[in-house]
Amino acid sequence: MKSAVIVFPGSNCDRDLAVAFEAATGSKPAMVWHRDTELPDDIDLIGVPGGFSYGDYLRSGAMAARSPVMQAVAKAADRGAFVLGICNGFQVLTESGLLPGALLRNAGGHFVCRDVALTVENAQSAFTSRYDAGEAISYPVAHHDGNYFADAATLDRLEGEGRVALRYAENVNGSARNIAGILNDKGNVLGMMPHPERVIEAAHGATDGKRLFDGLVEGLLARA
Amino acid sequence: MKARIFVTLKGGVLDPQGRAIHHALEGLGFGGVNDVRAGKLIELDLADGTSDEDIDAMCRKLLANTVIENYRIEKVA
Repeated sequence: MKSAVIVFPGSNCDRDLAVAFEAATGSKPAMVWHRDTELPDDIDLIGVPGGFSYGDYLRSGAMAARSPVMQAVAKAADRGAFVLGICNGFQVLTESGLLPGALLRNAGGHFVCRDVALTVENAQSAFTSRYDAGEAISYPVAHHDGNYFADAATLDRLEGEGRVALRYAENVNGSARNIAGILNDKGNVLGMMPHPERVIEAAHGATDGKRLFDGLVEGLLARA
Repeated sequence: MKARIFVTLKGGVLDPQGRAIHHALEGLGFGGVNDVRAGKLIELDLADGTSDEDIDAMCRKLLANTVIENYRIEKVA
């Protein structure tokens, strides 16, 4: 079980994500710098962390999406490796074309930093298998650009194909159809604005995020 | 050779920054402002002979996110 966390200049959730990966997999993930052009061989799981990569210059995630390492991430995803992008990581995945749509400035204009209520829409995915369909959970969010946008046809397709993994139970940032997290067509790439890695142990005050990592790793081990 | 790239949000894409500017103008007492949309101007200093195709590719690959933005290229002699 090999995992990696990508580190961009300005990433600030990379170590939290590494702790979550290590807790779930039992081994330390490789920390891969944005200028690297290769990932460890046969990588199973890649995390694209939150933060403010490249200072959010041009657009959130835009520069990171064009960094050398993202070509390696795209190649690994194409071969079936699992990719989890959280917050800025979600922005990077949409900017790189691994997920459809874009993350706009929050509709209210404000940075939103608090716990939010979410509904698990698809509990069949590798990322959400330890949750129940329709289950109400809570993860923290902390973002300025989390307003998910896609054209109506894309939104319909995402909904029709069960690719809306998580939905806000309230209007948090103006996201189209309250979408908080989406899957790619093969189901091995998940992008989400909320932070599951911030709620994985009792000391965090809540553990709703732990099942995401445990379920994902369990599924990956079963597959191997 | 220089080129100016104007990047603007597509119609229908919410622009909270434009809305905030609109409110601020109203706060300063400027009536009659119907709407405000904020965009970006990116100035490129290019080697002579850079092709239009290359400039367009720069826009599509990085400078604009065509899911949400339009771009216009203005070449400056």
